Amino acid sequence: MNNLDLATPDQHRARYEQLRANARAAASIFPLSTAIPPLDPAALRSQEMIPAGWYVPLCLQRWDRLRIINRAGTPGVSVMIWNKDDVSERYNAGDTVKLQWTARITRGRVLFSDMGRVLASLTEDDYGYHDTILAPNGPEQSLRNGRQNLRLAACKWGLTRADIAPSIHLFSAVNIDQSGRFAWGGNPPVNATVELRAEMNLLVAISNTPHSLAPMAEATGPVEVVVSRGAPTSADDFCRMATEEAGRGFANTDQYFV
Amino acid sequence: MTQQSLLDIVLPARAPFSCVLQPGQILRMTDLHGQQALDALFYNDDDHGERYSAQDTLSRQGSAYLGLNSLLLSNEARPMARIIADTAGLHDSSAGACSCEANTVRFGHHTRFMHACRENFLTELSRYGMGKRDLVSNVNFFMNVPIRPNGELAIIDGVSQAGSYVDLRAEMRLLCLLSNCPQVNNPCNGFDPTPVRIEIFAA
Repeated sequence: MNNLDLATPDQHRARYEQLRANARAAASIFPLSTAIPPLDPAALRSQEMIPAGWYVPLCLQRWDRLRIINRAGTPGVSVMIWNKDDVSERYNAGDTVKLQWTARITRGRVLFSDMGRVLASLTEDDYGYHDTILAPNGPEQSLRNGRQNLRLAACKWGLTRADIAPSIHLFSAVNIDQSGRFAWGGNPPVNATVELRAEMNLLVAISNTPHSLAPMAEATGPVEVVVSRGAPTSADDFCRMATEEAGRGFANTDQYFV
Repeated sequence: MTQQSLLDIVLPARAPFSCVLQPGQILRMTDLHGQQALDALFYNDDDHGERYSAQDTLSRQGSAYLGLNSLLLSNEARPMARIIADTAGLHDSSAGACSCEANTVRFGHHTRFMHACRENFLTELSRYGMGKRDLVSNVNFFMNVPIRPNGELAIIDGVSQAGSYVDLRAEMRLLCLLSNCPQVNNPCNGFDPTPVRIEIFAA
């Protein structure tokens, strides 16, 4: 076995407690967006509306910006992400919450792949409540639903049901109490906005369908998705620098593109 | 339990295991020494595209931790298995399995070459013609991952004692993958991986 296994349990525990304390200290530095910056028309790649109950498959290049504007306050917009260059690498919900020591994925946080790399960063977010523990809605709730929509989007790239893993649901306020019970925390305001920065070349499936806990089965109106070209992520970028875990994830992503 | 025993083995520390259960058969997992995470994944053995869905399971039950009477659902929201006995409680299905790659992010690049659950899962999956794209979020029996109202999430000391066990009853023909978790960088195994006992009982 590896020499690291020879460290004593007490030494491993001390290191774990230190990492946890560092993560708790970093957690206080994630303010929401107070004003979403205007779009640069010269950088625009695509702009479209997803009607209620529908989805789009989007192809992003590294450092593209994906702005998602919830025009009618749909309670939950589900997203699944793959590495376009190797679709066996994809969004990993468990790693995203575990590596960042939180289930509250908001502005300044990153989305991890199953390979320890940063797939995307949350560069703008004026709402602050997104869920990646629970499910999108399913056919039991609506004919056009998140489970089927993410699958359909995947199928448009030749992927199958097996390529769908746990996804992330934007604009989904899920409260959890001390005993672990979940409750819906309220619907998002009209025009709530999130911007993701692609840190790899990505396939992104976006479904305009409610969260499984949302009080309504149907989306309330359209969601606008805008893709723009963007500058490379800088060495001192706030998402990269936010936590030591994000820093190591970005180092893994950078190494992939060397 | 009076049912006929079909299998009774001790799974060594850090080791993988897989088996197929017929509907009604019961998989008993016993934490022999306490605080030993046992990672588990489930597939419909008649159609491997149908597999465990952590998100659908937690949405349906409305709470974050698995325990007595928890129903494990597939990605078609169909019942795969039910927990019919549990002397530990607070089993996780949010945090996924450890991997060499995630370890580099969590604990630093010097921890990359340490054995991990996803190595175990891939070892077993490859025997059934499956691979990494078939890996999804799993159940972590005997692993304690509280999610606080402010979203804080961390693996903390397990609540399972020496001899704690879980009985899982198959609701379909069920391919079960197990990884006796080798992680020593966090408290899921008390920083000291130990063997578990695996039994199968007839329906």
